Amino acid sequence: MSGITPEIVAEHGLTPDEYDRVIAIMGHEPNLTELGIFSVMWSEHCSYKSSKFWLKKLPTEAPWVICGPGENAGVIDIGDGKACIFKMESHNHPSFIEPYQGAATGVGGILRDVFTMGARPVANMNALRFGSPDHPKTRHLVGGVVAGIGGYGNSMGIPTVGGETNFDPSYNGNILVNAMTVGVADTDKIFYSAAAGIGNPVVYVGSKTGRDGIHGATMASAEFDNDSDEKRPTVQVGDPFTEKLLLEACLELMATDAIVAIQDMGAAGLTSSSVEMSDKGGVGIEFDLDLVPVREDAMTPYEIMLSESQERMLMVLKPGCEDMAQAIFEKWELDFAVIGRVTDSNRLVLKSGGEVVCNIPISPLVAEAPEYERPWERTPPSPFLSAADALEGIDQSPADALSALMASPDLCSRRWIWEQYDHMVMGDTVQRPGGDAAVIRVHGTDRSLAITTDCTPRYCVADPVEGGRQAVAEAWRNLTATGAKPLAITDNMNFGNPERPEIMGQFAGCIEGMAEACLALDFPVVSGNVSLYNETSGTSILPTPAIGGVGLVEDVNTKMVSSGFTAADEDIVLIGETAGHLGRSLFLRQLGDRDEGQPPPVDLAAERRNGDFVRSLIGMGSVTACHDLSDGGLLVAIAEMALAGSVGAELCEPPTDIPPLAWWFGEDQARYLVATPSAEALVSAVGHTSVPVCVIGRTGGTVLTMADGNSIPLSDLGSVHENWLPHYMAAS
Amino acid sequence: MKAAVIVSPGSNCDRDIQVALRQSVGADPVMHWHGDPDLPGVDLIVVPGGFSYGDYLRAGAMAAHSPVIREVVDRANRGVPVLGICNGFQILTECGLLPGVLMRNAGLKFICRDIDLRVDAANTVFTRSYVDGQIIRIPIAHNEGNYFADEDTLNRLDGDNRIAFRYCSPRGEVTAEANPNGAALNIAGILNEKRNVLGMMPHPERLADDALGGTDGRPMFDGLVEALAAAA
Amino acid sequence: MAWVGFRVRFAPPCAKQIAMKARVHITLKNGVLDPQGKAIEHALAGLGFSGINDVRQGKYIEMNLDETDEATARASVEAMCEKLLTNTVIENYEIDLDA
Repeated sequence: MSGITPEIVAEHGLTPDEYDRVIAIMGHEPNLTELGIFSVMWSEHCSYKSSKFWLKKLPTEAPWVICGPGENAGVIDIGDGKACIFKMESHNHPSFIEPYQGAATGVGGILRDVFTMGARPVANMNALRFGSPDHPKTRHLVGGVVAGIGGYGNSMGIPTVGGETNFDPSYNGNILVNAMTVGVADTDKIFYSAAAGIGNPVVYVGSKTGRDGIHGATMASAEFDNDSDEKRPTVQVGDPFTEKLLLEACLELMATDAIVAIQDMGAAGLTSSSVEMSDKGGVGIEFDLDLVPVREDAMTPYEIMLSESQERMLMVLKPGCEDMAQAIFEKWELDFAVIGRVTDSNRLVLKSGGEVVCNIPISPLVAEAPEYERPWERTPPSPFLSAADALEGIDQSPADALSALMASPDLCSRRWIWEQYDHMVMGDTVQRPGGDAAVIRVHGTDRSLAITTDCTPRYCVADPVEGGRQAVAEAWRNLTATGAKPLAITDNMNFGNPERPEIMGQFAGCIEGMAEACLALDFPVVSGNVSLYNETSGTSILPTPAIGGVGLVEDVNTKMVSSGFTAADEDIVLIGETAGHLGRSLFLRQLGDRDEGQPPPVDLAAERRNGDFVRSLIGMGSVTACHDLSDGGLLVAIAEMALAGSVGAELCEPPTDIPPLAWWFGEDQARYLVATPSAEALVSAVGHTSVPVCVIGRTGGTVLTMADGNSIPLSDLGSVHENWLPHYMAAS
Repeated sequence: MKAAVIVSPGSNCDRDIQVALRQSVGADPVMHWHGDPDLPGVDLIVVPGGFSYGDYLRAGAMAAHSPVIREVVDRANRGVPVLGICNGFQILTECGLLPGVLMRNAGLKFICRDIDLRVDAANTVFTRSYVDGQIIRIPIAHNEGNYFADEDTLNRLDGDNRIAFRYCSPRGEVTAEANPNGAALNIAGILNEKRNVLGMMPHPERLADDALGGTDGRPMFDGLVEALAAAA
Repeated sequence: MAWVGFRVRFAPPCAKQIAMKARVHITLKNGVLDPQGKAIEHALAGLGFSGINDVRQGKYIEMNLDETDEATARASVEAMCEKLLTNTVIENYEIDLDA
């Protein structure tokens, strides 16, 4: 078949230069199926062509890293022969189109990435960004996304233990749904995707293939007939029940010795899985497409190869293991089909009806994929905003400002969300949603994984480098605040159109800041995902490098705390320096209606020193509660600790050299709050580490009492904090 | 004591109940695949929570026709204690061991949280370690926990003291505010006539370990072990 | 009937001959609370549709049957409804058959 016109090339998202490269690789014009395969493999999504240059700058190594970026997910050693496998991935656009199914299939995809590598998933997290609460679509999107995440994870029986949710008008036309899965495997039972063994069977398992989410489906082509609506579903529908069966069947087969290589069929389905497996193994693959299980009639090779039907996997088995493997998949009522063989040709050869319908050399398809160093412009610095300027025209008392902040969309309780997620199934959720990080016990042990997701996009837009540093530092802090040693991160880079230099500048800046923080904090990137072109009508989203962090708590009984106050008559101690930085703070945005100034500077040496000190205090059993300071600053953190433990506090006079509102609501970094029965012991533990510590109050009662005489009953604060989201969602 | 846990495609609380039983019994329960009608002789059968068959059609409807369920019904009729938790409760109503049906939550949302329950029938093999009127706190996690039955059935359940657990306030009042899902009479768990079958929406196995935030569920399993070990 | 036989003979080997289509409508019995129906009614009112009462949500299931005899087909679908497709504690059903 020939007749590839420039229009068809353009509709496949390839530039004329890229198409010339296709012809050079093929040695002739490709047919439509071959063009489709090049088009998806060279798409931004699969090739990372705009971002690869920058991603290489991120540190990816540490002694505990078993497998960094490049596989389905990252792998780190957590001791005792166990590995933690995790990744975060976006499903932004599908979730905007159809929030329930978009979010659900996002969860399904990231789960497969993790269990493909041999891990049983133990926790899901998600980082969500929605448009302004006033935007007419926001309520519908929040409801649908939350129900979809819950619908998939709950049915799978994997706890969804936390995440973050922000609102900002920049996401009005382009929400972000970033789903993260964390799994645990034995270090000697990790599965990779490199195909090997000439002649070995290639096996398709899972759901049947339909015409879901086929790219380039808009093109005018004789391959599609008239009833096009029926034939081109754009929304992928998730089937968590099938995925649960696929999980159990895969883990059952993985317990044997039958699998040589395995890869899930995510974006670009059979195409990317087969190309990646054969490229990594330096081999070829030959399929008979007539053997692929399909659920619709008359599917073309193009459609079969580009379908994004969910809940499917591709495996290379050792010869002779087919029957045993088939028995396992049939027990779980799943399709199982040997659809091809590993070959020594290094070519992807597809047959249909006895004829070769595609024949592409694999190495050049991957190695010669385009890579661009796109033009970029550094984000101009924002003018500095002093505390005095920031506070101009704001005359609330700290207590009133606290009530307003605790009831604001970005700081109110997310209970309405996480109560729709089964966060307890699997019986190892030691710290439930709502704290700094979720803590999940490694099954059958007292060791635990602490998990968090973090990013402050309003900092990133003002100063991408500082914002990149801050996102990593905050993830590190949130893990530290539970007592965990932070180990590694996964990053989900959500940005606008990379062809615009200012957007590429945001990307470059965030990467630069992240890389610095990762190095300074020994917190390498082991997996990640890039989502570009997040904009509508020329308006980009805020740059959002969402960071998913994982850390290890050695013993949940002795080396872990949570954020709630546990007792009365304890000292509340602030650790870290407070300058009263109000630029880009939530306080300024919420009470001053201004999004101005520079974000708070991140001093990575101070982060390291203060965090290591806090972790040592927790390890020594010197503190009963710990909370990191972030959005909303000091007073918000105190209120959150009081509400979480249902224990009030009496607070000291602020220092006189900082305006009181800046002291209470500034968002200076590298700070923690702890509660301790004995501040003296804590202060003496500081020794010569020069960590700044300051007693700022005492726990007790059921009221937050300020030194200026104002006070707020916890019950009042609790209701405004709890009520905003349910009231918002109930309104119509 | 020997227990069996019935595992269906889509069960997902099977490991949780296995851990809780192991803790109280001191030995692992038999994990029995739904497709195998040949159930070994056991002192207790547990139908665990989850989303058997994805909750497609109706929660529990398809698992209720599993090959082993006929045998479970048979054993129950012969007096073997059967405990159905969450999806297990839904399966026990669908297969007819318990009356009524679990409908979609009145709020139309999945709910996962700790709730207060009043023990209203402590005189059973399942609840003997509690006392009547005791308030316990254990989690619910379901989308279809809204118990419904006709008036006669509800009256009979109430009159025969077959409502084992009711949703209540922290002080034990059975109120509409304390009802998380719209269940008739705030029913959280019911017994069959012979009192050897208990279906309940809350998950006692999820709070049977201090590290997870509570142990109010553990007496159920300890009590079963005492009763059934004594009987054996 | 002869015409049907004609079709069968010339159908491609993979295409299933459909003798009858069954459509099952499942509705909640009167008196059973239907929170989804109530939510829909509320939402419709919110959208400005007025004069709407008693919205009830049900299920619809369709299937192709090989059976050609209508009475036998009906009996078979009824048995399916009683046994699996409906919960007769709360649901009613109606069956439509298309030959």
